[in-house]
Amino acid sequence: MKRALLTTACILAATAASAGEDSTLSIEGEDYITQTAAPEHMEYVDTIYSGWTFRTDETQALQMDDFDNPAFVFLDQAIDQWDTVEGSEGKSCSSCHEDVADFAGLKTSLPRVENGELVTLTNLVNECVTERMGSKEWKYSGAKMSGMTALIAHQSRGMTMNVKIDGDAAPFWEQGKELYYQRVGQLDMACSNCHEDNYGNMIRADHLSQGQINGFPLYRLKNAKINTTHGRFKGCMSNIRAVPFKEGGPEFKALELYIASRGQGLSVETPAVRN
Amino acid sequence: MKLKGAIAFATATVAFTGFAAFAETKPMDVSFEDGMVAVSLTGQAGDPVEGRKVFMNRKLGNCLACHQNADMMEQPFHGEVGPALDGVGDRWEEADLRGIVSNAKNMFPDSIMPAFYIDSGYERPLEKFDGKSILSAQQVEDVVAYLLTLKE
Ligand code: HEC
Ligand code: HEC
Repeated sequence: MKRALLTTACILAATAASAGEDSTLSIEGEDYITQTAAPEHMEYVDTIYSGWTFRTDETQALQMDDFDNPAFVFLDQAIDQWDTVEGSEGKSCSSCHEDVADFAGLKTSLPRVENGELVTLTNLVNECVTERMGSKEWKYSGAKMSGMTALIAHQSRGMTMNVKIDGDAAPFWEQGKELYYQRVGQLDMACSNCHEDNYGNMIRADHLSQGQINGFPLYRLKNAKINTTHGRFKGCMSNIRAVPFKEGGPEFKALELYIASRGQGLSVETPAVRN
Repeated sequence: MKLKGAIAFATATVAFTGFAAFAETKPMDVSFEDGMVAVSLTGQAGDPVEGRKVFMNRKLGNCLACHQNADMMEQPFHGEVGPALDGVGDRWEEADLRGIVSNAKNMFPDSIMPAFYIDSGYERPLEKFDGKSILSAQQVEDVVAYLLTLKE
């Protein structure tokens, strides 16, 4: 009961506090879904919002024009990487994949279960890098990987997130949900304390969003590079003085699936821009 | 002369530490009743001037992250996660405030507000914070003394 009241208060607060609440994200003439009814599995939230909604007018504007969006410098580098031969097999990505545009739609369904394992876009890329190209695995959130996953996810921009959460995905989804509500760190907080109970509120200088991941990998002004979902999870855990889980590890992959499912129906925005 | 000064200082430190160990209540020994803590954690009066500093310091209380406080309008960015603390010294007694700052969850179950005076019972703490409380006993007393000055 108290929970329900709190959530209602938050929605009201979000409406009052956020300048960008009613603005529409439109890029190159195309409108994006940044706000929609929450998926049925969410018990405490009625409406879901893209993180774009909560950013300042200036940061929002950077994402609305691909020429101003600093992420595209890194996507250009990834396009070069796409054609770069590396590893023992003498192959580049383009040896096997005709056009990166063929990956349109892929990001909307990730992470997904393959042969009983939960796989992320990063895992899929690394599978090619190691098994098909005969090269050394790329670092999970390293520059090469974050650029390439941003480029591939970008091909789905404007499509809606739609990950599978039932069947063989269910146990991973349950694990992710548990982690989302689990309090950790010396500050003893869960993701939900900030991103479900308090989105729309200011926490010191930060305007709290719902912690959605439909815009990832994304560019952050703070560190002037592409940031990954697991990198962001790690940052939030460190902030509450908790030992973060390993990037690419089972916990963060499960959390990624669960959080992706909290954004079902939002448009993919990769590469988004954040402060 | 120099040496004598150093020895005097060392003696004073030992004496002080000895005294603190005697009087200070350890985090897990604090006794709560209805969320309140009646007895001072240190036996030493809190200093509201120090408490004000602890309140705004991002590495200590960082209370401003979540609470607005009209007494600190010189500070930018007051949070909106908790209630504004204006007049909190009228609304609550000293024992309530000591309880809320030490471990707010005893007063407000499931609160997002961190417990500032516990040193265990949390999961996966970063190593440098493991086994430590966010604030020291005296810092809690100082913050409580400061909160009591917030009258409307
Ligand atoms: C103490 C508050 C707090 C907690 C707890 C917290 N976060 Fe965050 N998180 C923030 C802040 C502040 C930001 C930056 C502003 C925003 O987007 O909300 C952020 C941003 C994010 C973003 C980026 C959203 C975007 O659109 O750019 C994600 C994803 C995220 N958090 C996930 C998590 C996860 C997962 C957890 C738990 C492991 C977590 N957060 C716990 C405060 C918190
Ligand atoms: C992460 C958020 C957060 C931080 C940090 C925080 N608080 Fe709170 N505080 C709250 C919330 C939320 C409440 C309301 C009680 C509840 O959880 O329902 C609260 C309640 C209180 C109250 C009772 C207020 C009233 O009018 O009833 C006092 C006093 C208080 N906090 C003092 C402090 C002090 C002092 C600090 C720092 C040493 C601090 N808080 C840090 C979130 C926070």
